[in-house]
Amino acid sequence: MPSGQGESDLKGTIAIRTENLCRHYSMGEALIRAVDGISVEIVSGEFVALLGTSGSGKSSLLNLIAGLDRPTSGTVVVQENDLAKLSREELAKYRLHTVGMVFQSFNLVPSMTLLENVELPLRFAEVDRGQREGLAKQSLDRVGLGARLRHRPTELSGGEQQRASLARALINQPQFLLADEPTGNLDSQTGTEIMNFIREFNESLGMTIIMVTHERTLAERYASRMIFLADGKLVGDQSNAVSAGTGRTHGGRL
Amino acid sequence: MKTYDMAELAVRNLRESILRNSLTTVGISVGVASLVAMLSLGIGLQQLAGRRLQKSGLFDTVVVTSRRDLHGFNREQEENGPAPAESPALNESTRQQIAQLPNVLEAYPDIRFITELRYEDKPYLTMMAGLPFSAKNNDAFDGMQGSFFSSDTAPEVILQKSFAAQLLGKTPKAGSEEASVAELANPLLGKQLTMRYAERTATPAANAAADSTGANNPAGTAYSVISREVTLKVVGVCDLDPDSMRGQARARIFMPLKLAQNLHVMQPSDLRDTTNMANGTPAYTTVEVHVKSPTQVQPVEDAIKKMGFNTFSIVDATRSLRQFFAVLDLFLGIFGSLALAVASIGIINTLVMAILERRREIGIMKAIGASDGDVKGLFFAEAGVMGVFGGFVGVALGWTIGRVINIGTNVYLKRQHFPPEQIWFVPWWLVLGAILFAIVVSLLSGLYPASRAARLDPVQALRYE
Repeated sequence: MPSGQGESDLKGTIAIRTENLCRHYSMGEALIRAVDGISVEIVSGEFVALLGTSGSGKSSLLNLIAGLDRPTSGTVVVQENDLAKLSREELAKYRLHTVGMVFQSFNLVPSMTLLENVELPLRFAEVDRGQREGLAKQSLDRVGLGARLRHRPTELSGGEQQRASLARALINQPQFLLADEPTGNLDSQTGTEIMNFIREFNESLGMTIIMVTHERTLAERYASRMIFLADGKLVGDQSNAVSAGTGRTHGGRL
Repeated sequence: MKTYDMAELAVRNLRESILRNSLTTVGISVGVASLVAMLSLGIGLQQLAGRRLQKSGLFDTVVVTSRRDLHGFNREQEENGPAPAESPALNESTRQQIAQLPNVLEAYPDIRFITELRYEDKPYLTMMAGLPFSAKNNDAFDGMQGSFFSSDTAPEVILQKSFAAQLLGKTPKAGSEEASVAELANPLLGKQLTMRYAERTATPAANAAADSTGANNPAGTAYSVISREVTLKVVGVCDLDPDSMRGQARARIFMPLKLAQNLHVMQPSDLRDTTNMANGTPAYTTVEVHVKSPTQVQPVEDAIKKMGFNTFSIVDATRSLRQFFAVLDLFLGIFGSLALAVASIGIINTLVMAILERRREIGIMKAIGASDGDVKGLFFAEAGVMGVFGGFVGVALGWTIGRVINIGTNVYLKRQHFPPEQIWFVPWWLVLGAILFAIVVSLLSGLYPASRAARLDPVQALRYE
C-alpha cells in the first residue's frame, strides 16, 4: 500500500511551484482568464485547500497541477519536472504514478465493478495480472469496502462511491492527492467520513493534498494552508492551525 | 497497457452495448459472407471448367492437320503459312518426324470410319474410332465397366454407353431415368459383334506402274477395295462425355488403334488422296500428339507449325477461358468487397457513436493515467475484435450460402437430367484470407475513431455530462 515513500526526506521541500501560471480560454469573442498569473509554492506534506467562488479558477489550477491541462503561459513545476515541457506520453505517466485524483462526481466507470475500477490504473501501469487483484482488494479494504468488490458503482451510496474513488487514487502510490470538491455531492456526515480518510492519507502516508472547495469551514477544519482565488488570481494565502472537531488528537505542522 | 489486457477490456466494452455491437458485427459477417460466397462460386466454376477440360485428356494434346485439307481450325494460320499445295502431306513418315520432336510422348493418327456392325443379326451403322493403347490411363475411362483392350491389336471393342443402349434397344426416352453404365455393360460384355468394312489394298498392277514410270505418272496410284468381315469381342462399356473428347468421343465404338491401322479400312480422305498423292503411303486426316506436360504444348505446337502443318490445342482454348475466369473472379471479388466496405462504414459509425457516448469514460481513463496510446489501442482493439468475430461468422455464413447454392443448383440439374456438379469450392486460403481481410478492414475502420478518442481533451471530456 502507499508507503509514503520518501516522506522523511521530501517533507519540507518544495514539491510544486508555479510561476506566473496562466490558463486562458477563448470562448467566442471573449477571452476567459481562468488562471491568470498565479505564482505559488507548495511544500511536500502540506494539506492545501484551494478556496474561491465558482469560476474563480480553482479547478483550472488543479487541472494544471494534475497534468490534465497545459498552461497558456508560465510554468508549473512538480518535483523538478516542468509539466509544460513533458510530452503527452510523459504527462500520462505523471498522472498515472505521481498524482491521484478524486472528483466531486466520483467518476467511476459505471460498467465496471469496484474491483475493476480500482484495478484500472494498474492495467495502465502494466502491473502483472496476478498482483493486480490483491493490490486492488487491499486498497478497497483500506477505505472499508472490502465486502463490496463485485458491486457496480450505481449499486452503492455516494459515500461508498467516493471511498472507492479514493481507493483508486491511492492504488499506484502517488505522492500527491488532488481532490476537486470531494464532498460536494455528499451529505455532511459522509463528507466528514471522506475528509477523515483524506486527512489520514496526509498524516500517516505523508501525501501532499491539494483540495478544491468552496466551503471555508471544511478548509479550516482539515487544511494546513488555505489559498484564496478570485477571477483566476491569487488573493489570499494563509496557514491554518488545524482545529480539531473529529475528536482525534494530532499536531498541526505549521 | 498490455495487449492481452487491452483485448480483454475491448471485449467487455463491446459486451456493454451488446445489441449495437452485435449488429455491427453482423454487418461485417454479411460482407465477409458475400465475399466468400462470390469467390467460392467463382473458384468452383473455374475448377468445374478445368475438370471438364482435364477429363477430356486433351490438355496435353496437340491436334495436327494437313494444310492440304480444307478443314483448318485457324484461318489466320492458313493464310500465313505456305500454300496448301506446297505443304507436306500428313502421312506415316511425317507422323514419325512429329513423334521424334522433343517433349512428344507419342503421335498417333486419328483413324475413324463409318461401318456396319451386326449384333444378334441386326445391322447397326455407326462411327468406329481407333483408340491408342495409352488412352488406358486417361481419366475419361475412369467410369468404364469391363476392361481395357488386352493388347494393341486384339480384336476387341469398347462401346460408348449410348451405343450399348441402342444395341440393347434401351434408347432412353424423354423423362425416364437413363440406364447406368453397369446395367448396360452386364448383358453385353464378352458378346461378339461382326464388323463389315471396305478394305483398301494397293493393286499389284498399279504398284508396278508406279515403280517403272513413276516420274511420268506421279499420281498413278490405284487401290482395289475389298469387302471384308471381322469378329470383335465387347470388353468394355464407357461413358465418355460427348462434348469433352474432341476426337474419339465422336465415335460410338472403339477398337485398338493398331488393329484399326492393320485393317486398312477405306477412309473418306482416301478418295481425294488418290488423286494427288505422290507415293503409295496413305495420308492421315489428323494426327494427335501427346505432349509430356501441358506447359510443353506451346513449344511443340510451334515446332509442328514450322514443319508446315496446322495445329490446334486445348491450351489455345483455355487461354481465353482462364482470362474470362480471372475477370469473373475480379468482378465477384469487387461486388463481395462492396458489402464489406458498407460494413466498415458501420464500424466507423459504431465507434464514433461509442466515443460520443463514452466521452466521460475516456476522460476518466485519461485522468487516472491512461496514455493516448492506451485509449487509441482500446478502440482499435474493439474494432479488431468485431473484425475477428465478423470474419469467423462471415466465413461460416459464406460457406453455408455457397453450399446452399450448390445444393440448389444440383436439385435443378437433377430435374433437368444432368449429373450433379460441384460448382462451389472454398479453398483454405480463401477462409484465411477472408478472416484476415475482415480484421484488416475493421482495423482500418477503427483507425479514425481510435485516434479521435485518443485526442480527446480530458478536461473537456470530464466536464461533459
